[in-house]
Amino acid sequence: MKNLINLILWKVALGVLTLFAVSLIIFTGVQMLPGDFATEILGQAATAEAVAAIRESLGLDLPAHQRYFAWVGDLLTGDFGTAFSSGRDVAELIGPRLWNTVFLAGLTAMIAVPVALALGLICAVYRDSWFDRAVNFVTLASISFPEFFVAYVLMLWLAVNAGLLPVLSDVDINSTLSERIYLSILPALTLTLGVLAHMVRMTKISLVSLLENEYIETARLKGNSELRVLARHALPNAWAPVANVVALNLAYLITGVVVVEAVFVYPGMGQLMVDAVQVRDIPVVQSCALIFAVAYVLVNLAADVISTATNPRLLHPK
Amino acid sequence: MQWRPELSRRHFLGVSAAATLGLMGAPLRAQTGPKRGGHFRLGVGGGATTDTLDPANWKPFMTSYGHALHGYLTEVGADGVLRGEVAESWEASPDAKIWTFKLRAGLEFHNGKSLSAEDVIASLNHHRGEGSKSAAKAILASVVDIRADGPDVVVVELATGNADFPYLLDDYHLPMMPAKDGLADTSGVGLGGYVLEMTDFGVKASATRFANYWKPNAAWFDSIEVLAIHDATARTNALLTGQIHAMDRADLKTIHMLERNQGIEITSIAGTQHYTMPMLVDQAPYSNKDLRLALKYGIDRQQFLDTILRGYGQIGNDHPISPAMRYAAKDLPQRAYDPDRAKFHFEKAGLSGTKLSLSTAEAAFPGAVDAAVLYQQNLAAAGIEIDVLREPNDGYWDNVWTKKPWCTAFWSGRATEDWMFSQVYASGTEWNDTRWGNERFDELLLKARAELDENLRGEMYAEMQGIVHEDGGVVVPVFANYVGAMSRKIGHGTIGTSWALDGYRSTERWWFAEEA
Repeated sequence: MKNLINLILWKVALGVLTLFAVSLIIFTGVQMLPGDFATEILGQAATAEAVAAIRESLGLDLPAHQRYFAWVGDLLTGDFGTAFSSGRDVAELIGPRLWNTVFLAGLTAMIAVPVALALGLICAVYRDSWFDRAVNFVTLASISFPEFFVAYVLMLWLAVNAGLLPVLSDVDINSTLSERIYLSILPALTLTLGVLAHMVRMTKISLVSLLENEYIETARLKGNSELRVLARHALPNAWAPVANVVALNLAYLITGVVVVEAVFVYPGMGQLMVDAVQVRDIPVVQSCALIFAVAYVLVNLAADVISTATNPRLLHPK
Repeated sequence: MQWRPELSRRHFLGVSAAATLGLMGAPLRAQTGPKRGGHFRLGVGGGATTDTLDPANWKPFMTSYGHALHGYLTEVGADGVLRGEVAESWEASPDAKIWTFKLRAGLEFHNGKSLSAEDVIASLNHHRGEGSKSAAKAILASVVDIRADGPDVVVVELATGNADFPYLLDDYHLPMMPAKDGLADTSGVGLGGYVLEMTDFGVKASATRFANYWKPNAAWFDSIEVLAIHDATARTNALLTGQIHAMDRADLKTIHMLERNQGIEITSIAGTQHYTMPMLVDQAPYSNKDLRLALKYGIDRQQFLDTILRGYGQIGNDHPISPAMRYAAKDLPQRAYDPDRAKFHFEKAGLSGTKLSLSTAEAAFPGAVDAAVLYQQNLAAAGIEIDVLREPNDGYWDNVWTKKPWCTAFWSGRATEDWMFSQVYASGTEWNDTRWGNERFDELLLKARAELDENLRGEMYAEMQGIVHEDGGVVVPVFANYVGAMSRKIGHGTIGTSWALDGYRSTERWWFAEEA
């Protein structure tokens, strides 16, 4: 237990360091974008005078290092700043979007993870059977198609032709939980098809390699049932790689679903960030990027904790 | 004098032709009169989380939604006639410099405040002045003073006479907002037919009917909702499944499939939006008039219209005045694709062997890259070689347009000839994207602006269109129609041409002909 706590503390410290480095990279990256908020928001209508007026009122005329330290300083006090475009508090702007994104990622994970584990398990046990091959083919095919294409196909089948599900997933604060789930099923299914292959294959491969170990053979020779061999002897050793790949996919579901959001009009973080990048709404871009970085750090931390906690050798090192 | 703009025959024909196009091939249905009720959902192909209720920087999403909330001083009717909306009537001094607007009596904002002159003044001043961040600043640049003359009269004084001034007040940036301590309240409180209910920018915004709306025959829906659906396929699917009732920006690549659907009506409106290829005429070789003529003769406009716009538009004649406008020069000969003449002018310019570069990106207009490649082929037939430079979409208006010597661009057009010409074609204006200037043109521009006689103005504008057509630094191959689609459950009258979506007033003018 003490080891686990030490590990968590160590990882958190590393995470904070990572976030600091990320904040520098984000800020530099944003600086390198051509144009700024003033020129982008006015677009074709930009005149030198209007651009200068906007720059001055937002402090864009200050030197970069001053703006960076002001930003980090505010962040440390929990102040995300104000959005250039709407003048609204960034935290207030991001809050509902973050919840939507986490909800969609969660719903997807609730469908994808059990399905992937079950399929991976069956494929490992009956490897090289027709079922294994079929699963392999279908999951690889679905990951190979671009997401928008999978989204269109599902939309056509389930929404336009069958009329079972809505085309638009415009959830809002007034949606009840059941409405939310109903509206989010299509995007969640699209994302499930996108992340399934990775998880299924990882589960299968780690189990297959474990099942070839001698201690598994011993367990079988002791007269254990195949189910018990799997559950008691093989699976505990498979959690570490599986947890890692699940974590990676969860992080992807939080940070990289812009295309699916756009197709289904789902109000998540991705669309918010893309919009903000387009008009160079720097406070929003930076906050989104930082939240994404936090998400990565957190899910990786969770994966590390799970792999350690489920593995006695890591939990009690000699 | 009392100002009553006339509806020109030409304009009327354009409008009615466009409106009937949508009905062709449709099963006959009983057209019932307008009736109240229903929740109208409109899908628009714009919208971002960065939208705001402040009209100074409205983009298409807020423009569609904002017209539901707000009233304007004037309104270009569906029939193309300018009418008073918040202003009941107006008068101009003989030199068109001083405009006196009489406000309609008894108008009420959604928050219960009665309209008075101070609200109008604050709303217009919102876009003026030193530190103005408004995109509409240029529209009101000639205004010297705005003052009240009693509670219901507003007097606007201009630096130079402008006979079109009331037209400018229909611009979507200029809604009437209540004054609060002398400043305009931009929280979305308006004089329009619907009261703001909820906004979630980048996703949707909704509004409910305003019980005290002053227009008896408008704003038929109980409530409305505008959704931002960027993806054209998703927008079309939402319309097909009945999740929205109407949409703008139909995808021209798949429109032939939509045309076959019996439940959908396509609206194709000939407006003022046009695609352009501006050259910087202060730079060699574009300073050479013969080169400009060579490039103008070297484009196959019909092919452009047929392939890029799938026929949903009209051929352009190298000037920005659309055939749907009041003073379109109908006697100006249409320039046609003529590789021999293009070759002649190219050689006369002494440029044989030089290779030109055309910068382009999809950001300029949908299909811009394809159009540039098509143009490349057209010019090759005339022995003129060009490179098509594909630029990034991101930052296109900042880094390419007005920076690269020759590029692709678009203009949504303006309601009046004067507005278009003085913003983009007069010498030295900030938006002059060719840096072209012409003395005779500038002189006519000032004269025509203050001229109250319709015929004289028409002559002057015709001459100006001729000058740009001949000498200007811009190739205008086509005017693109506003192409949208709606469910046949929606009833509507003649559809206005001033902007997309019935002059952006679809929420006010349309109704449910059948139960949704």
